[in-house]
Amino acid sequence: MAAGKEIRTQIASIKSTQKITSAMEMVAASKMKKAQNRMLASRPYSEKISKVIGHLAYAHSEFKHPYMKEGSDLKRVGIIIISSDRGLCGGLNTNLFRSVLKQVADYQAKGVEVEICTIGKKATSFFKNSGLAIKSVLIDLGDTPHFDDLLGTVKVMLDAYDEGEIQQLSVAYNKFENTMTQTPTVTQLVPMVAGEVDGMDHHWDYIYEPDAEEALSALLVRYIEALVYQGLVENIACEQSSRMISMKSATDNAGDMVKDLELVYNKARQAAITQEISEIVSGAAAV
Amino acid sequence: MPTIQVDVVSATESLYSGEANCVFAPASTGELGIYPKHVALLSTLKPGEVRVETEKGVESIYVSGGIVEVQPDVVTIFSDTAIRAHDLDESKALEAKQRAEEAMANSDNGHDVVTTQAALAEAMAQLQMISKMRGKKI
Repeated sequence: MAAGKEIRTQIASIKSTQKITSAMEMVAASKMKKAQNRMLASRPYSEKISKVIGHLAYAHSEFKHPYMKEGSDLKRVGIIIISSDRGLCGGLNTNLFRSVLKQVADYQAKGVEVEICTIGKKATSFFKNSGLAIKSVLIDLGDTPHFDDLLGTVKVMLDAYDEGEIQQLSVAYNKFENTMTQTPTVTQLVPMVAGEVDGMDHHWDYIYEPDAEEALSALLVRYIEALVYQGLVENIACEQSSRMISMKSATDNAGDMVKDLELVYNKARQAAITQEISEIVSGAAAV
Repeated sequence: MPTIQVDVVSATESLYSGEANCVFAPASTGELGIYPKHVALLSTLKPGEVRVETEKGVESIYVSGGIVEVQPDVVTIFSDTAIRAHDLDESKALEAKQRAEEAMANSDNGHDVVTTQAALAEAMAQLQMISKMRGKKI
C-alpha cells in the first residue's frame, strides 16, 4: 500500500489547491460585478467627450491645437500599456503584450523608435527587459483606480509629445467585450483621429473662453486622460472576468484530476486486497 | 417653452442628464447663463455651482472645475474629479518618471534571483556540513 499512501497525499494536495482556486473564482466574480459597474459609470464621460471632440473637428477654428494636427514624419512613438498588477488571470496580459510587441516590431521595421509607459506591475516587469525606453511607470492601483492617479503618468507622455520627442501616442489595453471575451486593443490618442458627425458641415466656430488655446488644451488633455482612464477601468473588468474564467477551469481540472486519482487509488487498493486474499487462500491450501 | 438638453458628467459617474429651461455654469471668466439656441461655446469652468432650471424646479450640482461645451440644443458639462493645479501635476509627473527610472535600474532582477539562489544553496551546504560535524563530535 505504499503507492496508495502516495496517491492519497497527492489527492489531498490537489483538493487543497482546488479550494484555493474556487475561492479565488468567487472573489473574482464578486469583484467583476463592481468593476463592470465602474466601467459603465465612466462611459458617459468618455462618450460625451468624444462627441465634443467630434464637433471640434468640424469647427472652423483659426487656432489649430498641436494635438489635432497631423504631425511631421514619425521618428519616435509612445505607447501607454495598461496591464494588471497581479497574475493568475489567464492569458490576459500575455495576449496584450504579444499584440503590443507585434506593433513595436512593425514600427521598428520602419525605422521608428518606440518608448513606452507602463501601468501595472505585469507590464513593468515584462517590458523592463525588452530594451524599450520606459518613460513613466504607474503601479499598485488596486481595484478602484482614481482619476488623479493617472494625471502624472499621462502628463509625462504628453510633455514628450509637446516637446516633439515623440510624434504619436497610443494606448494599449484589453477591451471588455463580455465576460468571456477580452480583446487586446491599441488606440491612437494623439494626433487625434476624430469621428464623423452628421449635420456639422456648415461654417461655424466656437466662442472660446478665456481663449482658444487654453480652452482647447484643457479639453484635449481631459479627453486623453478620459480615454486612458476608460482603458484602465475596462482592463480591470477584463482582469477580474478573465481571472474568474481561468480559476473556474482550474477548479474543474482539479476535480477531474481528483476523480482520476481516486480511480487509480481504488484500483491499487483492490489489487492489494485481492493479492492478500489469494496469499492467505494459497497458504491455507498448502497446510 | 423651448428646452435644452443638459448633461453633467464626471469621469466616474453621470451627475445629471435631462431637458432644462436654462443652465447656469461658473465659467472661468464669470458666471454663464445658457438658454436654448445659445451660440456654440467652449469654456473652462472654475469650482462652483451648476444650476439647472427645469419645469420641476432647480437642480444644483457642485463642480470642482472642468469644461463646458455649448451647442445650440445641447449643453455638456465635464466636471473634474481630480484637484488640478499646474505644480501638483508637475510633481506627479516627476514621481511617475522616478518610478520608471527605478524600474529600469532594477532591470537585472533576473540575475538577482539566480545569485540569491546560489547564495542560499551555499548557506544550506554549510549548515549541513556544520550539523554533520557536530554530530560526529557528540
